[in-house]
Amino acid sequence: MAMSDASGNDVAIGNETDSKGRLLTSDGRPLRAALDRANRRRKLTAFGLVAPLLAFIVIFFAFPIVQMMWRSVDNPAVIDALPRTLVALEDWNGEDLPSEAVYRALYEDMMADEELPRLEQKIGPLAVRLNYEVSAARGAISRTSRNVDEFEAPFKDAFMDAHRLWRDTEIWRIIEREGRPLTASYYLAAVDAEYDENNEIVRADENRRIYVALFGRTFAMSVVITFMTFALGFPIAYYLSSLPMSKANLLMIAVLLPFWTSLLVRTSAWIVLLQGQGVINEMLVSIGLIGDDNRISMIYNMTGTIIAMTHILLPFMVLPLYSVMKTIPPSYVRAAKSLGATPTTAFRRVYFPQTLPGIAAGGVLVFIISIGYYITPALVGGQSGRMISNEIARHIQSSLNWGLAAALGSMLLVSVLILYWLFNKLVGTDSLKFG
Amino acid sequence: MSLPAYYTAKDKVWHYAFRVICFAIFFFLLAPILIMIPLSFNAQPYFTFTREMLTLNPEGYSLRWYEDFLGDEGWMRSIRNSFAIGIAATVLSTSLGTLAALGLSRAEMPAKGLIMGVLISPMIVPLIISAAGMFFFFSQINIAQTFFGVVLAHAALGTPFVVITVTATLVGFDQSLTRAAANLGASPTTNFFKITMPLILPGVISGALFAFITSFDEIVVVLFVAGVEQRTIPREMWSGIREDISPTILAVATILVLISIALLTVVELLRRRGERMRGMSPQ
Repeated sequence: MAMSDASGNDVAIGNETDSKGRLLTSDGRPLRAALDRANRRRKLTAFGLVAPLLAFIVIFFAFPIVQMMWRSVDNPAVIDALPRTLVALEDWNGEDLPSEAVYRALYEDMMADEELPRLEQKIGPLAVRLNYEVSAARGAISRTSRNVDEFEAPFKDAFMDAHRLWRDTEIWRIIEREGRPLTASYYLAAVDAEYDENNEIVRADENRRIYVALFGRTFAMSVVITFMTFALGFPIAYYLSSLPMSKANLLMIAVLLPFWTSLLVRTSAWIVLLQGQGVINEMLVSIGLIGDDNRISMIYNMTGTIIAMTHILLPFMVLPLYSVMKTIPPSYVRAAKSLGATPTTAFRRVYFPQTLPGIAAGGVLVFIISIGYYITPALVGGQSGRMISNEIARHIQSSLNWGLAAALGSMLLVSVLILYWLFNKLVGTDSLKFG
Repeated sequence: MSLPAYYTAKDKVWHYAFRVICFAIFFFLLAPILIMIPLSFNAQPYFTFTREMLTLNPEGYSLRWYEDFLGDEGWMRSIRNSFAIGIAATVLSTSLGTLAALGLSRAEMPAKGLIMGVLISPMIVPLIISAAGMFFFFSQINIAQTFFGVVLAHAALGTPFVVITVTATLVGFDQSLTRAAANLGASPTTNFFKITMPLILPGVISGALFAFITSFDEIVVVLFVAGVEQRTIPREMWSGIREDISPTILAVATILVLISIALLTVVELLRRRGERMRGMSPQ
């Protein structure tokens, strides 16, 4: 007798049973074991098909991101450069300047560093690291370490003569605090906070608070862009869904062409249209609506970013909306009207609620894409249109404060993942379609 | 188009007003892209219509920006790079992605949700974060600023599209066909190439096109991972826009718009073919 399991693989079974009364296959193995084995093998085959891509994504995508996020708490600079100093600092009371023993340990650490080959020296990275905490640290530490081989005991006086940084307890507090393998200071900086003299967390000076405001602006701009895409996307999605298929497909090109056109092409299109000497301003000047010397500045600011991004992200709103509206039978609205509803009521109470899944899908999609957007704000944003990703790029490429970039990036990533999780709860990834 | 007889005057006004609004929005979508095409033939180095252009005087038009583009070594290299990187990344992401989609659409696949989440993460994570992560990691393993590195990065970004489109195609796939083939003695390899592949081909091709356009249009990762030798068309446009913006950009943009129209047409034809085929095959 042969039996076919769910996926059609044949498992031969005989009519015999073993001593415990279990069914056996024709070659004498217990049926249950044979089935389990077959299932396991099929599981392995399925997994084997996925494994190459999974390994590829984990190695070249997921791991690099985790590693980058690790930089936001990783803090090796002080430990690597000043091992002796940190031991000596353990006895420090934290109030007055440390004792001669600490300064001697610092001298020894700096001398030991000079012995190392240039690429392995640790004082340079230390100077950079401490400079994030005190702005004078970099110059002070590199100058001191250049002259340290001329220092003679007592080292406390030698250091205090070399630079005023060593005359202050502040630097010692920072060395002690950052002499641990993990730090919170990048995250504090990313939310505009810092440590005060007593190592307590306080808000940063008024003029150095940038990131909370920047996160706020990024979110606010994304909300505006999402709303704009909704306001523009809803009518055309509705119109498209009410047309016969052949006409709708033709008009759909208006949505799909921007979707398929290079991002840089679309961004430069807006520069061409909106800039001071651009098409729109020239047109307004030539018909005499505005004077030649007060052209409207529509680009290189927040307005330009919002206009360009609304245009770029509009297809992401229209496509999910359209696919939901396509499935709403027109008979519902007709039934509502025949029961006496005004067109407004029929729309508000019957049609609109059925489009909510599409609105949620499009809205979350547009919002997720816009809070992490980099290119368009970088090209047309100017100062007022900058978003958080521009600041991340700046810290990686020019200010080289990678820890802070990682902290800002992790916060952005976490917000995106939360939104995506919400998106999944609301609509499910299955509704993601392209084209 | 005749309106229903029961429409009141208000209904009629609304009916036409709504169409006007919709066409204004379609205009907003298309005009910025299309306006660059005539402007790219401008004889003057301006981003606006000159008097000669508006009066359709032939002297207002020229091909100088196209000549500029074709005669520039930087632009030509960027075209070669874009196609080479795009094709290599597409081959890699399409083969890996198709295999994975085949595995994921099997009923016995373990931990499906979790694995799917990881596989489509390149589509979710903001590009700036992916780019930063790859920038550090690729520098460590010495593949930053190499052709190979950019291809790997773009392949990773393209795979989610392949996985999603091919998985979607496999939803309507009739498994009894492969069983029948196996029953008739086909080996798994024969089965794949003779039965499965032809049926899921439209999905694979449109996934591949998405992967290609992702790479072809990608700029953030290129900014971080590529060196001067790997500059692609978007990278060259980026410097063009930032440093000295000249109408050459418009000539390039026009060519890119034509390429996207071609791709869009192919995808649309594939989609219709797929719909027809699925309509015919027994469910």
